[in-house]
Amino acid sequence: MSYLEHNAKYVPTGFRKLVYLNWPVILLLSAVASFGFLMLYSVAGGSVTPWMEPQVKRFGLGMTLMLIVAMVPIWFWRNVAGLAFVVSLMLLLAVEFFGSVGMGAQRWIDLGFMRLQPSELTKITLVMFLAAYYDWLPSGKTSRPFWVLLPVLFILIPTYMVLRQPDLGTAILLLLGGSTVMFLAGVHWAYFATVIAAGVGGIVAVFESRGTTWQLLKDYQFRRIDTFIDPSNDPLGAGYHITQAKIALGSGGLTGRGFMQGTQSRLNFLPEKHTDFIFTTLAEEFGFVGAAALLTLYLLIILFCVVTAITNRDRFSSLLTLGIAMTFFLFFAVNMAMVTGLAPVVGVPLPLVSYGGSAMLVLLVAFGLVQSAHVHKPR
Amino acid sequence: MKKPQRDGGESARRLSRRALLLGSVQLGVVGVLGWRMQSMQVEQADQFRLLAEENRINIRLIPPARGLIFDRNGRPLADNEQNYRVVMVREDAGDVEDTLKRLTQLVDIPQETLDRALEEMYRRSPFVPVTITDRLTWDDVAKININAPALPGITAEVGLSRHYGLGEDIAHVVGYVGPVSDYDLSRIDDQDPLLQIPKFQIGKTGVENKLEHMLRGSAGTKRIEVNALGRVMRELDRQEGTPGKDVQLTLDARLQAYAQARMDGESAGAVVIDLEDGDLRAIASAPAFNPNLFVRGISVKDWTDLNENKYRPLAAKAAQGTYPPGSTFKMVTALAALEAGVISPEETVYCPGHTDVADIRFHCWKRAGHGNINFHESLKQSCDCYYYEICQRVGIDKMAEMARKLGLGIRHDLPISAVARGLAPDKAWKADVRGEDWRIGDTVNASIGQGYVLASPLQLAVMTARIATGRSVTPRLVKSVDGVEEPSGRGESLGLNENILRRMRQSMNDVSNHRRGTAYRSRIIADGMRMAGKTGTSQVRRITAEERARGVTRNADLPWERRDHALFVSFAPVENPRFAVAVIVEHGGGGSTAAAPIARDIMLQALYDGDPPLEAYPSADRARIADQQERIRARLAATDQTQDRA
Repeated sequence: MSYLEHNAKYVPTGFRKLVYLNWPVILLLSAVASFGFLMLYSVAGGSVTPWMEPQVKRFGLGMTLMLIVAMVPIWFWRNVAGLAFVVSLMLLLAVEFFGSVGMGAQRWIDLGFMRLQPSELTKITLVMFLAAYYDWLPSGKTSRPFWVLLPVLFILIPTYMVLRQPDLGTAILLLLGGSTVMFLAGVHWAYFATVIAAGVGGIVAVFESRGTTWQLLKDYQFRRIDTFIDPSNDPLGAGYHITQAKIALGSGGLTGRGFMQGTQSRLNFLPEKHTDFIFTTLAEEFGFVGAAALLTLYLLIILFCVVTAITNRDRFSSLLTLGIAMTFFLFFAVNMAMVTGLAPVVGVPLPLVSYGGSAMLVLLVAFGLVQSAHVHKPR
Repeated sequence: MKKPQRDGGESARRLSRRALLLGSVQLGVVGVLGWRMQSMQVEQADQFRLLAEENRINIRLIPPARGLIFDRNGRPLADNEQNYRVVMVREDAGDVEDTLKRLTQLVDIPQETLDRALEEMYRRSPFVPVTITDRLTWDDVAKININAPALPGITAEVGLSRHYGLGEDIAHVVGYVGPVSDYDLSRIDDQDPLLQIPKFQIGKTGVENKLEHMLRGSAGTKRIEVNALGRVMRELDRQEGTPGKDVQLTLDARLQAYAQARMDGESAGAVVIDLEDGDLRAIASAPAFNPNLFVRGISVKDWTDLNENKYRPLAAKAAQGTYPPGSTFKMVTALAALEAGVISPEETVYCPGHTDVADIRFHCWKRAGHGNINFHESLKQSCDCYYYEICQRVGIDKMAEMARKLGLGIRHDLPISAVARGLAPDKAWKADVRGEDWRIGDTVNASIGQGYVLASPLQLAVMTARIATGRSVTPRLVKSVDGVEEPSGRGESLGLNENILRRMRQSMNDVSNHRRGTAYRSRIIADGMRMAGKTGTSQVRRITAEERARGVTRNADLPWERRDHALFVSFAPVENPRFAVAVIVEHGGGGSTAAAPIARDIMLQALYDGDPPLEAYPSADRARIADQQERIRARLAATDQTQDRA
């Protein structure tokens, strides 16, 4: 029995739970996904195959999963948080040995009906586990060195494994997502200051290591950084993606070229136009208006999450909701920064819009957790 | 059960505080993203729009210049000549049909070609340039350029195309190139992007095909930026490809041309091999075909003509054709027997005009018989019975072994299409391939180069070269690649008894130079240039008893395709051999009458490196030879002129 169960004066049961769902978030998620369907239809040259149709099916599946997760009491999810984390770590380990290599990285396990990317799953289970950890930890101990070191380890283990695949984008998301939960839980700010200082030192070290025997990043990662710093250096080689993406984005103008009228994506100048770079097609065809609209939808989702988290008196629920919101935020912020040329190309999809199974399913399950926290919050 | 935490209120407040702080940071980041989008999409939109318009970078392959092929004296056999072609980009043409109609008013283009180009244009992306027609004259190019405004999307381009200056004379050796076909692509495992270029020319036959990997070179690339209309704005950069390697053959173009001309009107093959290093000076097959026809894309009519010609112009008879070697194989039988010691050179065999072996009667060509005859006389007069006898003593396996030692029944590694292996049969072969036991009659047939034995003129030339030198002379066709000399085909000693070889050469000398030798009429009389040889006449099929009853005994009475093949092998000069020549005239009748004169004339050309003096010929022949030389000179001059014009 937890604090929550103990203190919840009224918990809706059965189908009444549907009424207590956070409906605005569901509508916003659907709106964002619809943007994705439109764009996938467009980049396929006005065809539901090969991308839009499977994406719609997966969204339907994801929404169903979300509702199922939402119906289950939040304290159940807190109790299985540890187990979920361990399972996802084991899956990550499994990828090391049985994973398929795609785009130069070991990322998924083929389950037959779908490809599971354990790294996607870990983004959520890590946040879940840390929220449960801080719910359990007496708040007096929060800033004690040992009790700080422990969650740091929990973050670093999956981060290291993901980095080995190598998947820099997910590693950054794990690191930032986990740190966010620690920050929210009230870990003393001095720890963060120290880590940031060390981080800066680390970045310097990474650059110093270049070309030496102990090189810390792969050559392609260095090149991405170079390309980021000066894309015009190599407009047809490594900088090609980012240059073309920026041209597509910028040429959209205020109102865009019109649905299915983008020359950049039509003529195949855009790489990965249905996955990581899908935002450029959107910005090209719908212009600033479309891009800003999507950004607003994302922002509203975050806003609703923050509001429900702050109003929720259950610590696990708040931490989990905010952690998931932060992960979601990192997804679209990093992706958009990447395609607008503000951040290096690290391979993060645009959540719910980019074509891809694992990411969408995992995100919708995560929002199921947010919904569960909302439905079962102490009233 | 856990107790509610005491400081729950404080930590909840802190959580809210930090959540709000984080929320503000997120809002800030979204603000930055929004600002960035606004600045790119609103403020700099025009600039990016312009970039997008200009942004159509095409990567085009630059085909490398194909390696040239030269003869041993540096005369080009295959070179690249400039070729003007009309290229059209559908996207830029506006009304395609209309534009093409205007083009045909300027330049004469067959409807068939137009249809093919149209079909290709609609199959490919609208911005891909498609060649409409090529081999335009400079006048046509000028007309197109002047009328460019009326011909949107159409440009005249210059490219290289293969040209064979010697035309027919080298067709069978050098082969030809042609546009790469789907069949070629399915057959060869080659990732070279060049093969994806429509109508890219690759070697189809001969040296062009076999040395494709050297001749082709590797592609260069150029990156060009084209605007929204497909017009080339500028070339961004260019990586030059590597041109193909130049190949120098051992052929002597002049000798080759002479051999071709000399065999004109016959269905024949001739090979000249240099005894010093195995260089093939000429590999001639008549009749020949014009390889340039294939480069252009051969018309149905030309193709039918070539295919239906009973003289088979497409066949490279000198290297691909295999024939029963007839009496030219007697050297092999004799060498096998003499080396094995089953008979001595002086020992005589009685020739009654026929030999009965296992109830079958084998005839000597001389019905009356040669009487008692030894090795020397048997070769000189080409007595068959002598060989019927010695082959039974030595056995087929030793004969086959000797044949292979002398270069028969093995495939010589030359870059020509379908070099024939021929056949030096033995017991194992018959058991394996025919599933039958070897019979003594087979040995008897083989002893005079009939039955299962098959050899190409090339192999017979190699055999003669090896007998003349005692070395395992290996034929060589490629003299050098990009100036780097290929290994010589001189060869090591065969380890044959030099005494026996000397007698063999002496006998071959008498074939030509003794009054009673079978090739006496085709001898060379110039001092120091005399020729040794051996005639051969091989039956295509036996004259049937029925035909014999009708009185058909002579070849001339038979239809052409049933007449005997005429063969002659020779080397010269006898004292210090430099060349070996093998000639076959398909269905030519007798070796001494049809093949030996051709071999003699080619040999003299090789020995004198040009027209020989008439004094080299027997005096009775000189008038006729002078005539013939005149005729061939005229023919060669005529071909030269046509080729200059082409």
